[in-house]
Amino acid sequence: MTDYFSVIPAKAGIQGGEPSKGALDPRFRAGDDVIFEAQALPATRVRGYWQTVFYRLRHDAMTLAFAAIVLLIILGAVFAPLLAPFDPYKESIVGRLKPFGWHDHPLGTDELGRDMLSRLLFGGRVSLLMGVVPVLIASLIGGMLGVIGGFAGGRTNTAIMRTMDVFYAFPSVLLAVAIAGAMGGGMANGMLALTLVFIPPMCRVAETATTQVRALDFIEAARASGARTLTIIRYHVLGNVLGPVFIYASSLVSVSILLASGLSFLGLGVRPPLPDWGLMLSTLRQSIYVVPFVCALPGLAIFITSICCNLVSDGLRAAMDVRM
Amino acid sequence: MGRYILRRILYAIPIAFGVSVVCFSLVYIAPGDPLQTVMPPDATAETIAIVKHAYGFDKPLPMQFLIWLGRVVTGDFGVSIATRRPVIREVSDALSNTALLAMFAVPISFSIGYVMGAVAGCFAGRWIDRVVTGAAVVGVSLPNYWLGIVLVIFFAVEYMLLPATGMGPNGSVGFNLLQWSNAKFLVLPVITLSMIPVGILARTTRAAVAEVRNQDFVQTLRAKGLSEWAVTRHVLKNAMPQVMAVMGLQFGYLLGGSILVETVFTWPGSGFLLSKAIINRDVPVLQGTILTLSLVFVATNLIVDLLQSLIDPRIRRA
Repeated sequence: MTDYFSVIPAKAGIQGGEPSKGALDPRFRAGDDVIFEAQALPATRVRGYWQTVFYRLRHDAMTLAFAAIVLLIILGAVFAPLLAPFDPYKESIVGRLKPFGWHDHPLGTDELGRDMLSRLLFGGRVSLLMGVVPVLIASLIGGMLGVIGGFAGGRTNTAIMRTMDVFYAFPSVLLAVAIAGAMGGGMANGMLALTLVFIPPMCRVAETATTQVRALDFIEAARASGARTLTIIRYHVLGNVLGPVFIYASSLVSVSILLASGLSFLGLGVRPPLPDWGLMLSTLRQSIYVVPFVCALPGLAIFITSICCNLVSDGLRAAMDVRM
Repeated sequence: MGRYILRRILYAIPIAFGVSVVCFSLVYIAPGDPLQTVMPPDATAETIAIVKHAYGFDKPLPMQFLIWLGRVVTGDFGVSIATRRPVIREVSDALSNTALLAMFAVPISFSIGYVMGAVAGCFAGRWIDRVVTGAAVVGVSLPNYWLGIVLVIFFAVEYMLLPATGMGPNGSVGFNLLQWSNAKFLVLPVITLSMIPVGILARTTRAAVAEVRNQDFVQTLRAKGLSEWAVTRHVLKNAMPQVMAVMGLQFGYLLGGSILVETVFTWPGSGFLLSKAIINRDVPVLQGTILTLSLVFVATNLIVDLLQSLIDPRIRRA
């Protein structure tokens, strides 16, 4: 990372464009005068962009705390086989729907007598996977389409963005349910449905950022000095588009976890007996009169994961914001 | 102005067309033959050919689409496989029940969310801002289907104050809002449904208000000697277009996205109809419901855009 853009903290209050479009990378907000300023003020302590971001994150105790919780949840899911006290599939006819602390089951048992704690740990694997994979794939495809559309402009842009508009015309839950419902559920179909739901907004974010960068002078300069289109995209456009795409993607993880669990809840996601938080919530729903608080657990897991992801994403957005 | 409205309305037509293409293709992304569900398992090749012809499945796809579109435009969405009733009747009955929920959820969630966001935005950085921001994050992160279950656990199972599910003994036919014995069935679904829009609106409004407050013209207003109240009025008015766009989206979600909440409360609305259609693999109902809901969504977005342009002259010129 070059130090041309290193006086961002000193340049507080830079505003311009449409701030609502999200925090954009400082390198194209700050503009050329930064170089000049860095030379004029040699005594200013300078920090690179990412250094600034990490500096802010390190001093943001809340975000760090929530990131730690997310990390714990991820570790719990990854090391589920080591941590789980029981086999998550082992059923017991006498031990069905038992409350917290029954025998060796700290969180009780479900409607087939399976240990809740073990199932929650294993369930995290599926739920987290379904939260992250669709967002990753959608960022790749949507981001690529957005950059192509934004950079090419003209008819290509119109064709891509108008197609996206059609998918925008569906409420997101409805679109996910429609696709997963028509294809008949299952984990892969659920992920595919969520990916399709996330591609249009991702594409729009990337397109907006690309269109903004493309109009800047340094792109013109690169072109004038003979750089090929691919080179310009790789070195000048991507760096400026990745920031907004990353921030947006991080905010989608929580949405994706909620939607994925919702699909499983409707019977359109993971199939039993695989443990998944949404599916567990749906099968335990019939037993709320027997062990109400055990039945609320999978939802609590979804809620905690989703709120922590949201707060981490908010923290990242603030840390990566150029206008602060 | 007139030209802007016309352009915006004309623009909605290709979108609606695209939406109908997507809905039409839902039948074809379904695995297996779309006729599998209506065909007896021991049907001969001859019967299959006859049924295929009767349903028009032997024609080329674009032809099938045009025929389907022609029927849809005249209000014929086909017949439900599960109930044998016309889909349009199923959908309109369900939609009226959903509208009943939305009738309460929309004003409640919009006013609470807006006020919360506006207050937080005006006092950005102060304690009340932190409280509102925290509450709003909870709102957007809550799985509403879970919240519904938790509310049922507390209010229906533990304290038996409110009914858990359904619309009461008479169902939707004799539902009378003015009677508490009927209206109490609305309480939990409406609260559950309102939670996410409250969170999203509070966040959006807060961001929009805080952003407008940082603009130069606010400084000018203060320098001119306007009272803080008058300045706030200007700020709120300038933040309105952004807030309204989100309100429009949320309105659409309340009509279409309530599938999870309606499933939890077995509320016989459009979302519940959809989840029943999925369980029964009732493709005509699935198609009809999704098409209707997304067309309502397109219309909502159109209306919001037009309202926005009424408030904000900058949009018209763009």
